[in-house]
Amino acid sequence: MAQHAARPRNTGLKDWLTTVDHKKIGILYLVAGGFFFLLGGIEAVLMRLQLMYPESNLFVGATFNELLTMHGTTMIFLAAMPIIFALMNAIVPLQIGARDVAFPFVNSLGFWLFFFGGTLLNLSWFLGGAPDAGWTAYPPLSGTTYSSTHGVSFYVLGLQIAGLGTLIGGINFLVTIINMRAPGMTFMRMPLFTWSAFITSALILFAFPAITVGLVLLMFDRIFGANFFEVANGGNVVLWQHLFWIFGHPEVYILILPAFGIISEVVATFSKKRLFGYSAMVFATIVIGFLGFMVWAHHMFTVGMGPVANALFSIATMLIAVPTGIKIFNWLLTMWGGQIRFTTANLFAVGFIPTFVIGGMTGVMLAVAPADFQYHDSYFVVAHFHYVIVGGMAFGLFSGCYYWWPKMFGKMLNETIGKWNFWLFFIGFHLTFFPQHFLGLTGMPRRVYTYMAGQGWEMGNMISTIGALVMTLGTAVFLWNAFVTSRKAEKAPADPWDARTLEWAIPSPAPEYNFAQTPRVRGLDALWVEKMAGNKGMTPAEPLGPIHMPSPSILPFLMSVGFFIAGFGFIYHQTIVSVVGLLVVFYGMFARSLFDDHGFHIEVDEIKETEKGVKL
Amino acid sequence: MIHDHGVLPAEPEKATLEGRNKVLGFWLFLGGETVLFGSLFATYLALKESFVGGPSPEELFDLKIVALATILLLTSSLTSVFGVMAMHKHNTKLMQLWFGITVILGAGFLGLEVYEFYHYYHEGHTLTSNAFGSAFYTLVGFHGGHVAFGVTWIALLQAQLAKKGLTVVTAPKFYVAALYWHFVDLVWVFIFTVVYLMGKVGA
Repeated sequence: MAQHAARPRNTGLKDWLTTVDHKKIGILYLVAGGFFFLLGGIEAVLMRLQLMYPESNLFVGATFNELLTMHGTTMIFLAAMPIIFALMNAIVPLQIGARDVAFPFVNSLGFWLFFFGGTLLNLSWFLGGAPDAGWTAYPPLSGTTYSSTHGVSFYVLGLQIAGLGTLIGGINFLVTIINMRAPGMTFMRMPLFTWSAFITSALILFAFPAITVGLVLLMFDRIFGANFFEVANGGNVVLWQHLFWIFGHPEVYILILPAFGIISEVVATFSKKRLFGYSAMVFATIVIGFLGFMVWAHHMFTVGMGPVANALFSIATMLIAVPTGIKIFNWLLTMWGGQIRFTTANLFAVGFIPTFVIGGMTGVMLAVAPADFQYHDSYFVVAHFHYVIVGGMAFGLFSGCYYWWPKMFGKMLNETIGKWNFWLFFIGFHLTFFPQHFLGLTGMPRRVYTYMAGQGWEMGNMISTIGALVMTLGTAVFLWNAFVTSRKAEKAPADPWDARTLEWAIPSPAPEYNFAQTPRVRGLDALWVEKMAGNKGMTPAEPLGPIHMPSPSILPFLMSVGFFIAGFGFIYHQTIVSVVGLLVVFYGMFARSLFDDHGFHIEVDEIKETEKGVKL
Repeated sequence: MIHDHGVLPAEPEKATLEGRNKVLGFWLFLGGETVLFGSLFATYLALKESFVGGPSPEELFDLKIVALATILLLTSSLTSVFGVMAMHKHNTKLMQLWFGITVILGAGFLGLEVYEFYHYYHEGHTLTSNAFGSAFYTLVGFHGGHVAFGVTWIALLQAQLAKKGLTVVTAPKFYVAALYWHFVDLVWVFIFTVVYLMGKVGA
């Protein structure tokens, strides 16, 4: 028997840099994603201030374009995705009764790649200007002719590195969910959040390589003088649009499906009812994931693909309304006749439903190809996707944060402050984006830095900016809540919401090894089944024994630094710097392969000590 | 975990949960790689006629050298299967032999590819010459990069095998490396068809 290392006792910064514990990585994702969310939010507010009055001069021209590009890119890749990964990391292994994720090391690498990719991208602000070609970076605008600064190169390399992290994170969750479920936890007993994490991870796996290729082509054009998008040398700019949206459309389902999962958990828990139509919900999630790959060209109706292609993509897009409708009705029917408790988590969930319906409805309007020629590139589109992404996903993430905060941090967020958070954010959101529908319908183009007076756009823009400030206030209230909560001494109980799923069967916060004994799952809503049978907790599926854990490692951090250095080398055409960076990466891979990690054991005494005094 | 003095199970790559996770994760990774190469193929197909006055595929390609490269790579895929079969029989010596031959054949393929690219370069077919050149070098170069990574990887595993022996830790590594190698080989079959054969007769 190979020797196991003694139990490592890292503390402070070293602990956070080397951790492979999925719960700590979840917190890292939440903090880093939250930071980028604030950055993206500030960028949005600055844009709204510029658009508050006609012909303002606060942020004009290139500066506005940089804000616009970085707002979109940051919110999608560096805020929304990581916060989803935060909740997936914190909760999915607990929901399936697993001790750990399948690849703890890869999990840590995924986080650090995202972190350094995002940092690289944002450093562009201080190094000659941020990317300014829009978050979609269409060539020829994003080519060297029209984007001659390094901005778009930062976009390309930053997203490439962050995307790699997301991809391996997706694989990690797929394997975790397939291979690591506790005895009795069949696929059709998995909580909806785990299901949505599963489908989202599959979408990540099959969508991200397309953007990887797109970014490689753009990088080769910009850095090595290739001709993919140089029309004079035989290039084709529409190629980028296809590659981008083959990734980009599944991406919106990558974002929204976990929110659907969260809403399903929260609505069921706070209605004290089993989720209505569980198997239809699972089926709808899978169908949405599948159809998500069939509709990318609805972003390109005006490119000139011809009526046949437009018609097909139009119909495929409208089809998605069917499984989405199934979900909406199932949530409503879950609440029907339930004992509804309007906690903050549930307020966000209930607020989500009508908001998302509005966003979905404008989506169907946009799916009508001939009508889309009118809506295209107008504020109507901006209103639509903010209704689904903010009104959908951001509401879902807030809901998830309030719901799982005790499981992640061991303390309950304050409900009174939470309600202020919800109402400010909810009202601010609708004030911001509802008028944008009408701005779009009356012709205001998106992505412009100003407009002339006297076109009937003053009122809408003014209300929109006020709304953005109210949303900002709502977000600040959330931060205040997190701060107040962190200072509170009172510990959260294991199951504060009287909930249904496995994560609530263990102490809050979850101990390092998650489950002292792997639980035996006897039905859907595993914990609820035991509660109804009059049991105090889960029935263990194994005797109490020492628990094997993976060792912490600095290599993921080191390899990500290597990528970060290499990224700089590529952006500034310094081959030596790139080679040095990549050598660091390869060293990390060699070291990981050569030196086996034997891990360590947590002994029975320590488990007993930790579990002492835990009450359900 | 590692049992140095235990009996190795029949399929040592799937004996532990870590091993099974690794194999499944790697299959999924190859699913992502399929989309990656699919996108590169789509790019190539979209741009293969765009040689804008440069040499056309028909003028450039020499099927004899490509056929030789194909034979080397396909054979190396077969020898890696023999390597895995030897692993299932717990025959470390034979494993080293077959994976050794795999590495040598892979290196031979790379040598031919470098020679081929050098040749094209002097005929004015480069990454920057036109969109066809960009698409060609990116697709074939990505594949070549995968071969180079695979050769290095398997060579590194050979060194580990010599040092650590065949265990439930080293076995999954060889197994997934062999999966990777088959995938790289499969991609080449498509490159040979779509790039070279269609380049010769498809114009």
